[in-house]
Order: sequence, then C-alpha cells, then structure tokens
Amino acid sequence: MSATRFRVLPRNTQPHAASINWNQRFDKLFTIALFTIPGFSIFLTFLLIPITLTARYSLYEWKGFGDLTSENYAGLGNYQRLYEHDVFHQAVEHTFIIMGLSLLIQLPLALGLALLVGRGELPGRRFFRTLLFIPYVFSEVITALIWQYVYHPRNGLANYTFEKIIPGFESIPWLGEREYVLYAIFAVLTWKFFGFHMLLYMAGLQSIPKDLEEAARIDGAGEWNVLRFVTLPLMGSTIRLTVFLSILGSFQQFVIVNVMTNGGPFYASEVMGTYLYKFGIQRFNLGYGSAIAVVLFFTTLIFSILYQRFVMRAEQEIAR
Amino acid sequence: MRKSAVIKLVKYVILITVCTVLMSPVVVAILGSMRTTGDFTERPFGLPTEGIYWQNYTNVLKNEMFWKSFQSSVLITLGVTLLVTSLASCLAFVFSRISFLGRGLLFNILSFGLLFPLVVAILPIFIQVRSLGLINSLWGVILPLVAFGLPGSVIILRGFFVAIPSELEDAAYIDGCTTIGFFWHILFPMARPAITAVATIQVIAAWNEYFLPLVVLNDSNKWPLPLGIMQFRGQYGADTAGIMAYVTILIIPAVIFYLFMERHIVTGLTGGELKG
Repeated sequence: MSATRFRVLPRNTQPHAASINWNQRFDKLFTIALFTIPGFSIFLTFLLIPITLTARYSLYEWKGFGDLTSENYAGLGNYQRLYEHDVFHQAVEHTFIIMGLSLLIQLPLALGLALLVGRGELPGRRFFRTLLFIPYVFSEVITALIWQYVYHPRNGLANYTFEKIIPGFESIPWLGEREYVLYAIFAVLTWKFFGFHMLLYMAGLQSIPKDLEEAARIDGAGEWNVLRFVTLPLMGSTIRLTVFLSILGSFQQFVIVNVMTNGGPFYASEVMGTYLYKFGIQRFNLGYGSAIAVVLFFTTLIFSILYQRFVMRAEQEIAR
Repeated sequence: MRKSAVIKLVKYVILITVCTVLMSPVVVAILGSMRTTGDFTERPFGLPTEGIYWQNYTNVLKNEMFWKSFQSSVLITLGVTLLVTSLASCLAFVFSRISFLGRGLLFNILSFGLLFPLVVAILPIFIQVRSLGLINSLWGVILPLVAFGLPGSVIILRGFFVAIPSELEDAAYIDGCTTIGFFWHILFPMARPAITAVATIQVIAAWNEYFLPLVVLNDSNKWPLPLGIMQFRGQYGADTAGIMAYVTILIIPAVIFYLFMERHIVTGLTGGELKG
C-alpha cells in the first residue's frame, strides 16, 4: 500500500484522478472497514438492534418461547397492564424520590466537599480527596453487603451510633420498616456515588481562571460573595452536567436495592430497575418486560433531549 | 491571620467528620472479618484482642467456588478490557483522523448508545443473548459489556486523538507511513495515558458487573465474584464474620488497584480535565 494523506484528498475527485488514486482510495476504504466493522457489529448486535426489537416484543403476550404470532399479539395490552399496576406506580414514585433527594442532598454535598479539597492550599487535601473517593471504587454488591450490616436491626453500626449519641434511642430495623427503607437506601446511594460527582466538580473548579476570583476579592467581595457570584456561576456547565448524570443515574438503580431489600418490604423500596427484573425477567414475561423497557427508554430519551435542548443549550447561548 | 486559622480548623473538622462517617462501615467490616462470628455479634465494634481469627479467611480461600468465581471474573475482565480498548481505539482513530461521507452519522449513532444504560436495556440484551445461544457462556456477558463500553470510550479517545497535531501525521505520511502504520507506531503510543484511562474504567466496570451475569449465567460454576459472594452468603448466611472476610478479600485488591491507578481513573471519568 502506498503512502497517503487522506485529509487533503478532495471530496469529489474527477474521473481520471480517481483512477490514479485508486490505490489510495482502496487503502482508505480498507482502513475504514477494518477499523469500524468489528466495533460496530458488536455495538449493533448487542446494543442497538436488541433495543429496537424491544418495541416489537412489547406488543405481544410473549413468554419467550415460540414465535410472535397474531394469536399472542396483544396490541397495547402490556402497556395498559403496566399503567394499571399499582406496584409500577410505587416504583416510579420511589425512583423520583431518590432523584429528588439526590439533587437536593447528594449534589450539594459533593459540591461542598469539592470546594474543600478540589484546590487551594489546605495541607493534606490530596489525602482527604483519595479517602472521599474510595467508596466509589467498591462494587455495588460489596457496598450493599457492608451496609446491610450497618443497618442490622440489633447491633448494626447505625443503631449503635444513634444509641450512643441520642439518649433513649430505640433500635430501628432500617430495612424492615416501610417508612425508613427508601431513605436508608438513599443514604447508601449517596455514600457510594457522591465521590463521582465530587470528581466532576473538582475538574470544573480547575478550569475556572483564578484571576476572576482574585479580582472580585480585590474589589472587596467577601469569600461567600466570591463563591456565590463568581465561582458557582462559572461552574454552571459542570453543575448542569452532574444534574443530568444524577437524574439518569436514578433511573438505573438496581444492584444495591436488589441485594439489600429486593424491593421489599411489601414493595416499599421497589424502583424501576427492580420492577423490570421482577415482573419481566424473573417471571419470564418477556413481552410485558419489553413494554417496561420501552417506557424506560422513552423516559430517559425524552428527558435527555429536553435537557440537552433547553438546559444545556441555554448554557451555550450564555457562553456566546 | 486569626480568622484564617479558624476557617482552616473548621475545614479540617468537617473533612475529618465526613471521612470518619464514610470509612467506619468499611473499618467495621474489616475488623469483623478478623474475629469469630460469636465475638462479632456480641461486641460488633471491638478490636481483635485475641489475635486475628484467620479461619474466616482460610474458609473463603479454601472454597472451590471462590476460585471458580475468581477465574470467571478474570476472564470477563480481560475479555472486556482488551476488546473495548482495541475496538474503541480503532473507531476513535477513524472518527478523528479519516474524513469520509457518513462519518458524522456513524459517530452520532454510536453516541446514541450512551443514552441506554445497561440496567435499562437488560431485557433486550437478555433476549438477544438468548436468541444467539450465548446463555451460560462468558461471551454472553463479555460482548454486551463491550457494546455498552464502546460509546463512552470512543468519545474519550477521540478527544485525545483530535488533540494530537496533524503536522505529525503529515510528517509520518511523507516518510512513507501507511494509515495503519501511523495509527500503530505514532498515535497509539502517544495516546497511551488516554488508553490506560479507558482500560482502567473498563477493568472496574467489568470486575464489578453483577446484573448482566445474574441474567445471562445460570450455571453457578461460571459466576463471577459479585455473584459468587452472593452465593456464599446464601450458603453461610449465619456466618457474618465469614462474609465480611469475603468482602475484605474483594475490597483490598480494589483499593490497591485504585491507589495505583487513581490518576488514570480520574482522567477517564473527567475526560482528562483534572490536574494535580
């Protein structure tokens, strides 16, 4: 194969030029094919095609065996069942509670810690940074197992600590009570995932030019005002990104809930992921499960598009 | 001066409190693994005063299933990491260095994959893996993980490849380098930090994956460690200290790996924006 400089090749070569460059064109085509076909075939086979096919499966009463025929065609029946299932409503509600709490508690916590250890001259900040990020490294199964012990109804770490701090505190079976279980799980999710958001905030902090804050200080602004009027507005794009990722993340919770409570007690901690697993995969209702998956896809898809359009774009316009 | 000292003190108090709360569950789990279950349930937060009770560890390490799980985990992690890094490098190269009709479209299709996290798409994958006859095969776990690892990795690598100056490419071609030669001898070595970052993220993702093997693998002999530990818990549910030993055995390599690869993990997750 001959030496080529693809970037400078004109798009529409004249016929005779094409014959001269045939060798180069072949080299280019060959490279493109060699480099894209393997990756793309895996991507298509195991991501795009299955996801597209789900829409079709969702219209059938399908237990996973035999063909899709007109006999088990159910139209929108699966969607109607889903819409009428009160457990699904609970799962959606819990997903939104976790989402709201993440935005209100987890992100501000991550931002505050990022401001403490992300930059500045605090000695030992690197050590703290490493420590703070460690929970993110543990697998979700390990996290769930450790925390299951923390929430042990008799002598777990949570009850033990509260008994020491609050006099007359009575042990709570954190994972066994309908009213506590969701918040107990949220605490675990925060423990595990805030480090990731903290990391993104630290990256955002570093891209802020120091002179702007310095200028505000020279003009007599207090630390709080510098933070409020200079630092945070400049971190707008990072904050918008973490809000986006956090909301998408809330739709994806499965492992921690599945290991700790499996959605119980009495569906009190059911989220969309565990609902899909229980009612779609475990019971082998693949048609019904597909309908759940389609609803999940569209929720995330519409949310992503709206968010990109209205929130992320607003940011670009400000930048202009 | 006085005021800044107070602020510093407040910062340390906050950080130390947060880190204590954060680390205590882990410390308690590790301390628990060093004592007998009886001792552990009686005084959950005591130190191993009578010496470390190694039997918890030997029980796990002598368990045949532990080693089978270990083997599966290694195979899955190796497969996913090698495939994602090599395929993503190739794709990122094409998307950053070769212009052709439809390139933007292809790239958009690939980026579209980012919108579908594995958990949300688990049922379609399950149906596809089943219809391809890959149920109970490690490939049924590896290939979907590769498919879901590709979009993000390609985007990270493409960013790095684009940043490599085109003068370098021109020089290489003038010296008689082919496209593939340029990729292999120049781009690949230069982008090594980015490739290490992508590989590191894939190692963590594949090593920790629970949902996909849960759905795809029925044969417990093939279960990777996250499922293995659940099986262990199912068998020895009353042996809390034993489970904590299993947990500790899995935690220690993860933390060591993290300490060594911290820089690359950070690069991989933030797209290289975080320095020092």
